[in-house]
Amino acid sequence: MSDRNSMESIVVRLAGDSGDGVQLMGSQFIASTALSGKDFATFPDYPAEIRAPVGTTFGVSAYQMNLGAERITTAGDKPDVLVAFNPAALKVSLPILDDGALLIVNNNSFTPRNLTKAGYEKDPRETGELDSYQLVCVDVSHLNLEAVKAFGLSKSDSGRCKNFWSLGLLMWMFDRDLAPTDAWIKAKFAKKKVVRDANVAALHSGHAYGETAELSEALPRFNVSKAALPEGEYRGITGSEALSLGLAAAGELADRPIVFCSYPITPASQLLHRLSRLGDLGVGTFQAEDEIAAICAAIGASYGGAIGVTSSSGPGIALKTEALGLAVNAELPLVIINSQRGGPSTGLPTKTEQSDLYQAVYGRNADTPIPVVAARSAGDCFATAIEAVRIALRHMTPVILLSDGYLANAAEPWLIPDMSEFEPIESNPVPAADSARDTQGLAFDRDPETQGRPWITPGMPDLMHRLGGIEKDIDTGHISYDPENHQRMTDMRAAKIESVAEFIPQQTMELGQNEGELLVIGWGSTYGPIYQAVRKIRESHANVSYTHLRHLSPMPKNLRTLIARFNQVLVPEMNMGQLSTLLRDKLGADPVPFSKVTGQPFMISELVARCRSMLPPAMVTAAVPAKKGKAQ
Amino acid sequence: MSAALTAKDFATSQEVRWCPGCGDYAILKAVTKTLADVGARPETTVFISGIGCASRFPYYVETYGFHTIHGRAPAIGTGLKLANPELDVWVVTGDGDSLSIGGNHLLHALRRNVGLKILLFNNEIYGLTKGQYSPTSRVGTRSPSTPTGSVDAPVSPGQFALGAGARFFARGIDTDKVGLSEVLEEAHAFEGAALAEIFQNCIVYNEDVFADFTDRKTAADTQLRVRHGEPMLFGAGKEKGIRFNAETVALEVIDASANPEQVLVHDQTNRVVASMLVDLKAPMALGVIYKNPADSYEKSWYAATSNGLKRSSSVADVLRSTNTWTVT
Repeated sequence: MSDRNSMESIVVRLAGDSGDGVQLMGSQFIASTALSGKDFATFPDYPAEIRAPVGTTFGVSAYQMNLGAERITTAGDKPDVLVAFNPAALKVSLPILDDGALLIVNNNSFTPRNLTKAGYEKDPRETGELDSYQLVCVDVSHLNLEAVKAFGLSKSDSGRCKNFWSLGLLMWMFDRDLAPTDAWIKAKFAKKKVVRDANVAALHSGHAYGETAELSEALPRFNVSKAALPEGEYRGITGSEALSLGLAAAGELADRPIVFCSYPITPASQLLHRLSRLGDLGVGTFQAEDEIAAICAAIGASYGGAIGVTSSSGPGIALKTEALGLAVNAELPLVIINSQRGGPSTGLPTKTEQSDLYQAVYGRNADTPIPVVAARSAGDCFATAIEAVRIALRHMTPVILLSDGYLANAAEPWLIPDMSEFEPIESNPVPAADSARDTQGLAFDRDPETQGRPWITPGMPDLMHRLGGIEKDIDTGHISYDPENHQRMTDMRAAKIESVAEFIPQQTMELGQNEGELLVIGWGSTYGPIYQAVRKIRESHANVSYTHLRHLSPMPKNLRTLIARFNQVLVPEMNMGQLSTLLRDKLGADPVPFSKVTGQPFMISELVARCRSMLPPAMVTAAVPAKKGKAQ
Repeated sequence: MSAALTAKDFATSQEVRWCPGCGDYAILKAVTKTLADVGARPETTVFISGIGCASRFPYYVETYGFHTIHGRAPAIGTGLKLANPELDVWVVTGDGDSLSIGGNHLLHALRRNVGLKILLFNNEIYGLTKGQYSPTSRVGTRSPSTPTGSVDAPVSPGQFALGAGARFFARGIDTDKVGLSEVLEEAHAFEGAALAEIFQNCIVYNEDVFADFTDRKTAADTQLRVRHGEPMLFGAGKEKGIRFNAETVALEVIDASANPEQVLVHDQTNRVVASMLVDLKAPMALGVIYKNPADSYEKSWYAATSNGLKRSSSVADVLRSTNTWTVT
């Protein structure tokens, strides 16, 4: 390990009980990493139980970070450094470690009781099973208690400071400035002065321990170079932060309030929490009685002239389906956000999956097309939210935005966008009242290019009309059961969604040329690992390209042609091949699906291996053998 | 201010399509008359309905209207009120729409006190789906889905409302123009959620189910019209009254002329008496049974939402309201 002290990127994993404060420690470490100018990506991996029984393997909460000077797009395949707060955390994390990884374990937690709970018959520190790693045992609990003894806290409160003690040690190892964390602790615990002071003391004590410990030989220091990021002002951002800010930005661009109506569900609830704090940006939030009420209230808000938004995860979206049809029939704008999780049914609420693509594109009764967009990274959620609102208002349609559990929680540095570079979001002009025309017909005067109708809202004089779920006459807007009219209306609804493709950018390559042997197509949060994998494989195979879809329905108009220029297409997805189906259905393509539904993001290495298996043998022979581990 | 509108101004060009003789016609007439009487403006008035015979209502009123999906009108109305609290929002619903599939939304609209005027057309039957028993049908109701009679106990709209924390509950009869208009006007004036149960006669599937108290010939003896501050009297000569019996903890009918001092005076803010009035069957209590105003949900929501949906900050500023760093 010592020969890697100066490196381009490094993967650190913190693991402990869900009550150990691992997520907090990780996010604070990342905040200091951001301020020191490194690129990073994170992957919080926490259990479904709020406080699972202490010391058990199923209660392990982890926070994985990839820090680096290169372009970082994933939280990394395999940790170089593991900080394990107890035997269970060690046991759960060992399978993903490569030989030679640095293990920092909390010595004091290796009690017979904790070992038993973790399922260890013997202490792994003594059996030799950790010999292939670089093991550093630190008396974290004991040293922390000593550090905060002076504050007179109870034993349990004292113990809670150990995440800051460990954070201090980690910050010493990575040469981070303690000041921002100091400031954060002081603000967070402003009202609990003793807790505040104890945490600050723990942080500094951990840092000092690194400096002075006899172990400094064993405890390496890492020097990750600054990342070569594009110039500009940056901040750290998670997917749910970016989505909520993106919705607020869309409201600003459209000069309309955002009314966000939602029912709590993992992993989507964070959006509700964040938006409820954005009142200053003209955002209102409503916690509805159920998923159906949430979408219905959002429809009501859109009917009233606000931008109605609802959000859930797969099971909740299923409940909203009938109301989605109403929004389609009433030709009202609406944004539906799905933070996808593992399923079916309750499935894996805290784990990530991309398995609601069919639901988004096809999952409704009748011919009920809805545009579908997906965000690729935490920061990309911002622009995707704006795009969803833009489509909704232009075409007067609900729009589904797909995110997932990984994006919701993942953090990355983000170049703060210049708001003046976004075009205002226009809605169709409201016609003047015309005494010669029935107002019912005026309300459905659709733009021939977009099929969007004017957004006439209650309160506007002389434009009264009726909306509803019943089929209406294509011209007059009155109820119609006429067979030919239903055909025309169904065609109109299809044309409306197809017309979205006229307004979206042509598909471009993330990596590689517009023709070649293998095209990798991704969508959603798999962007990070696919990008890294294709970049790696391109070191030996220049004829591999990568494109990533934001617009899943309709797809960019040139996608069919692009696909045709490659001999093979690979579609990695965290589902059983849903985009592959879509590409076959919509474009007549013949992609090879690469599925993974373990609740964990793709690893770069498995993607590289899969790509390589598809390349002609001659090319593989010519390839430079890949180095083990990460690029250095 | 434009010229005063009449009931006719609130009629649409659409042909009304309820069964001939349906109680809904009378309700529609009472509603449009009330709108004219209270000086409602068509552009700020909205009718929202769910699914069922009653829910056709918005097509027949020349205001804004939204015929939505089964049971969800209160939720859609809530969202509309959040976007624009100035609107006069009426929800038109039936017993199946509001108390079966939409029971949850009615519950929450009432307990939140959202400013919706909810007209519950109760005919104790499913009309649009051709006659199945409804959640308010009495035990033993024979219907296509209960050929030997229904076995489930009915829900009482009044008890449901009071249990949900409703602050306004009133009752009217479809064909009782005067009584119904009074209820509609009171509901219109109420700031929060106003639930009006309207006994509606379905002439096809449940004819005369309410005849025991709606029959005009016997109405004086079978109906108790309550008014705040007035004694609870009924009968042709107001000779009968309602008294609270402390031993049975129940209301009972007494000879009012003999014991005028024992007759209860209606206090519409008394929830316990309202609950007993709701359960009274003979006579049937009509009018505003319970009214206890409080701030509407939307008013509290706007007060709690930091800016009442107005923008006071820019996204550009908020994006930078955290630790930032500059890469050069």
